Amino acid sequence: MYSFEYEKAGSVDAASQAIKSDDEAKLLAGGMTYIPTLKQRLASPTKVIDLAGLGDLSGISVSGGTVTIGAMTRHAAVANSAEVQSAIPALAKLAGGIGDPQVRNRGTIGGSISNNDPAADYPAALVGLGATVKTNEREIAADDFFTGQFETALNEGEIVTSVSFPVPEKAGYMKFPNPASRYAIVGVFAAKTGDGTRVAVTGAGEAGVFRVAEMESALGSNWSADAVAGVSVGQGDLNSDIHASAEYRAHLVTVMAKRAVAEAG
Amino acid sequence: MAVTVNLTVNGAQHTVECEERTLLVQLLREHLGLTGTHVGCDTSQCGACVVHVDGESLKSCTMLAAQAEGANITTIEGLANGDELHPMQQAFHENHGLQCGFCTPGMIMSSVDLLKNNPTPSEQEIRHWLEGNICRCTGYHNIVKSIQACADKMKAA
Amino acid sequence: MTTGIGARVLRKEDRRFITGNGNYVDDINVNGQYYAAFVRSPHPHAEIGSVDIAGAKASDGVIEVLTGAEVAADEIGGLPVGWGITQTNGEPMVEPAWPILAQGRVRFVGDAVAVVIAKSIDAARDAAEMVNVSYTPIPAVIATEDAPKDGAPQVWDEAPGNTSFDWEIGDKAAADQAFEGAHHVTKLELVNQRLVPNAMEPRAAIAEFNSVSGDLTLHATAQAPHAIRLLLGAFVLQQPEHKFRVISPDVGGGFGSKIYPYAEYAVLCWAARRMGCAIKWTADRSESFITDAHGRDHVSEAELALDADGKFLGLRVNTVANMGAYLSAFGPLVPTFLYATLFAGQYTTPAIYAHVKAVFTNTTPVDAYRGAGRPEATFLLERIVEKAAKETGIDPADIRRRNFIQPDQFPYATPVALTYDSGEYGATLDKALALADYTGFAARRDQSKTSGKLRGIGFSLPIEATGAAPSAIAGQLGARAGLYESAEVRFNPTGSVTVFSGSHSHGQGHATTFAQVVSDQLGVPIENVEVVQGDTSNSQFGMGTYGSRSLSVGGSAIVRACDKILAKGRKIAAHILEASADDIEFVDGNFQVKGTDKAMNIAEVAFAAYVPHNYPLPTGDPAQDENALEPGLNEQAFFDPLNFNFPNGAYICEVEIDPDTGVVQIVDFSAVDDVGNIINPMIVEGQVHGGIAQGVGQALYEGAVYDKETGQLLSGSMMDYTLPRADNLPMIKTGTTETPCPFNPLGVKGCGEIGTIGATPAVINAIIDALGDYGVTDISMPATPEVVWRAMQEGRA
Repeated sequence: MYSFEYEKAGSVDAASQAIKSDDEAKLLAGGMTYIPTLKQRLASPTKVIDLAGLGDLSGISVSGGTVTIGAMTRHAAVANSAEVQSAIPALAKLAGGIGDPQVRNRGTIGGSISNNDPAADYPAALVGLGATVKTNEREIAADDFFTGQFETALNEGEIVTSVSFPVPEKAGYMKFPNPASRYAIVGVFAAKTGDGTRVAVTGAGEAGVFRVAEMESALGSNWSADAVAGVSVGQGDLNSDIHASAEYRAHLVTVMAKRAVAEAG
Repeated sequence: MAVTVNLTVNGAQHTVECEERTLLVQLLREHLGLTGTHVGCDTSQCGACVVHVDGESLKSCTMLAAQAEGANITTIEGLANGDELHPMQQAFHENHGLQCGFCTPGMIMSSVDLLKNNPTPSEQEIRHWLEGNICRCTGYHNIVKSIQACADKMKAA
Repeated sequence: MTTGIGARVLRKEDRRFITGNGNYVDDINVNGQYYAAFVRSPHPHAEIGSVDIAGAKASDGVIEVLTGAEVAADEIGGLPVGWGITQTNGEPMVEPAWPILAQGRVRFVGDAVAVVIAKSIDAARDAAEMVNVSYTPIPAVIATEDAPKDGAPQVWDEAPGNTSFDWEIGDKAAADQAFEGAHHVTKLELVNQRLVPNAMEPRAAIAEFNSVSGDLTLHATAQAPHAIRLLLGAFVLQQPEHKFRVISPDVGGGFGSKIYPYAEYAVLCWAARRMGCAIKWTADRSESFITDAHGRDHVSEAELALDADGKFLGLRVNTVANMGAYLSAFGPLVPTFLYATLFAGQYTTPAIYAHVKAVFTNTTPVDAYRGAGRPEATFLLERIVEKAAKETGIDPADIRRRNFIQPDQFPYATPVALTYDSGEYGATLDKALALADYTGFAARRDQSKTSGKLRGIGFSLPIEATGAAPSAIAGQLGARAGLYESAEVRFNPTGSVTVFSGSHSHGQGHATTFAQVVSDQLGVPIENVEVVQGDTSNSQFGMGTYGSRSLSVGGSAIVRACDKILAKGRKIAAHILEASADDIEFVDGNFQVKGTDKAMNIAEVAFAAYVPHNYPLPTGDPAQDENALEPGLNEQAFFDPLNFNFPNGAYICEVEIDPDTGVVQIVDFSAVDDVGNIINPMIVEGQVHGGIAQGVGQALYEGAVYDKETGQLLSGSMMDYTLPRADNLPMIKTGTTETPCPFNPLGVKGCGEIGTIGATPAVINAIIDALGDYGVTDISMPATPEVVWRAMQEGRA
């Protein structure tokens, strides 16, 4: 690691000010991606601002058909939450499949989505459920939040404070994990919501999470695994790496979509 | 640049001055001499560094020492009660759940956390839980047996 | 006795590991130590222009920066190769120099160019980035199959065609003739992919030089501390052995990768001596991936000739083996005598010929990794045998049975230079068939089908040569060292025993197994026996632990030392009991006069030897001193075996494949092994379990992937190189057949590698069996879901 200063944020506003005043300062949430990045000397921040002490950023609440999860809520808390398990079981399952138990005890939803790793799980849930990201400045629809690989709509100094998920009629998440890193090679989140049907894919796309309109319309008229069985995504915008070719990823998107829908019931 | 960290490790309070870039595992190993916690990778996969922080298993290589301010930490050295081994340590011994011993501290700390969360895990649940701990020696067979034996013993107790 | 040979004794060494009190190299710190960080080449092949160290040297906390120029000025030698191969044309292999810091040219990504020595590890790493090396990249050759091609970039000027050696074994004419009359010929092309060993403990070292005494001490993660002292001291550092101590404390796994005298250790020793200080280095995992010697990496084609009854008539093999950029210490041995000598397998194939070309590429050097050559041989042979079974319609168990060497044929000389010791291959197979419930397989396959899964069963009947080695034979074949092992069994005056062994456990449980042997031989309670290893200053010269040799060679040395103890003890007892030594028998730890109740416990004899008041001490009068004895009870022995030993087994794997994704799950694995007599069944089972996991790793998950253009190791971290996890493996069913090896006093055979050797082909054969309906006859490794899925697509088409 390169040398840096460490500071515990006193408040969201203070943290926001700190990163606005120093281009090279970085926020630290759970650190499950950022600390390994620091260790490998792939980042050299002047200052690391730790959000861990901000208790009001963590917690889960369910009311009025919405599940709200504070940005600093750990994956394990989401996975083990009886409320989440009952309201959106697919979301609890997704959180319970991130990384490994120790990563889940530490990693946070806010950190995960702000980083927007194209193989992370949470972006699929946010886009698949049509969630709303709340920040210290505004609310951002999930569809607008993820703007590209490791890129989001967050402005300089803008900090995610919570994510609100509308409770769907049914939803399923199916992940095909990278056996080494446990990130998604392909993960598909399918949901039937009051606002329609959504299918979001993570892991596969070069630009990160994306929706599959053809699957959504097929499911809109016939919510069944068979409905998506014949729908395949183009390979053009998919990742190809040592773990999976674009062709195989495209195939997996269909298979995982079928299984996600089947799991949703 | 330095930061002062106050923390409790295995029941003892410590105040450690270290660089900000110090990892928790470095604080444990280099500042406190608790070398039972190991470093086997640099990408948070192997789990040789697992310790308990405020009762939960974490990878101490993926946490800054500064983040442990005020924390209560248990390492492998603090698991036994004096000369009396923790049932998980005893189970690893009785079931040959270790060979070279390098992954063992993390493996045991992770397994203790598993039984805290799920006192009667199935074989599949044990194997799934261990996805954050890599062993290159045992093929996991006797590790799974050790955890099963420990769970049985703790249930009977 | 419940702690003697054959007992399931719990490990004596466990307690320190389960309580966090293990003592690995990185756990050790020496007062005032500095820290080293290496500057490594980012290019696979480049000329080094200038190396500007000014910035690094001025960096905070930096003590020294050294480069290849200082290495050359100090006349430090290159890393030695421990085995020379004579080529088919009679020429020696091409053996280029491997300087400990690169000189003039770098030849793989990770080649060390400079070392920074600083007051802290962070300071060293910070400064290492400030060393400014000007490289001129030159074309690189990365892939094994590309190395021999015309026009391929040349790694070494002195090795045209990138060839280190071209070598053959067996009778080519006889093999060719066997094919002429063959009823059926099965052909196979395969790649045995490159692996990264990944012992869980990264390599580490501390070198310390005492300028006053001239003593150099190296703590290192080493499987063979004496061998490292010999090789580094004599060939690299010119440091005499009596002023050079190598300490290898607890070692966190090795699997071959910690045998070698690595450049980092040499650099640390040299720098510590030059500077008069102590220097520590611990690899991080990324560094391990590119600098630990890799394993395997063969490209082969093979043909098997059969008669109408399915009897094997002849085997021809052609292999290109990748050595990497330099010859690692035992690299040349792996694809030759550890490989092609095993092509008889468990079968009577009368004519075998193998041709091996070893090539250089701009990649990390390749050396022995668990099994070392023998997995490659077994994979090739058991794949082609299984393929032949499919092609001829003979049951895979049956075709093997038709070709077994029979129990009454031992010792059995194969056509490829080895003489097998003992075995009951048919009985072992029968046990495996029962363990695997082979007859129930069809029903299980049908059941899998109803749940949409493809089920397959695969066989593998491994055999290997372990217990290296008869030194004379090894010497004839190119070994540049002896391969015996040593032991000292020292009775302490109050009756406890300290055993010093030249072997060095890195997980194998020697502290327990060796203590069992001593307890059994001497009748001393096991808790009174302590095994000491790993420090050249307190144990006699030994060759270390690798190649599944520790018990059969090192354990045998202990037996020989115990024999000497008993012989002397008998004389001491005879004196005290006033009997003839011929009338003394040793039973359950007691020397007793035959037919009487006069007896002394061995501990009493030891006490008498150290407190020789009533003792046959020499008197100085030759007439009286015929039966005189020196005081003390402390004996040494060196054991050099008459032959290798040949562990063998029968492995049966069952897999289920998800046809939608290609995911393979191992649902059942049965392994029956003949490792001769067994000292501790618990430890043998553990070795087999772990071996199988690594074999499964090669079959399904692991593979070093290089970018052929840039020469970067793409699978260079545990996020990209898949190591088997707990949920990738089932519970493993094990069994044994015990045919004692006649070539060592314990009758044992090695058990450390057989699992790895046996598992890989069993898994692959099971996958191919499962995909039979798709017309799949071959599959590459690792058989990842995509590989399997593609095979199904292509097979279907």
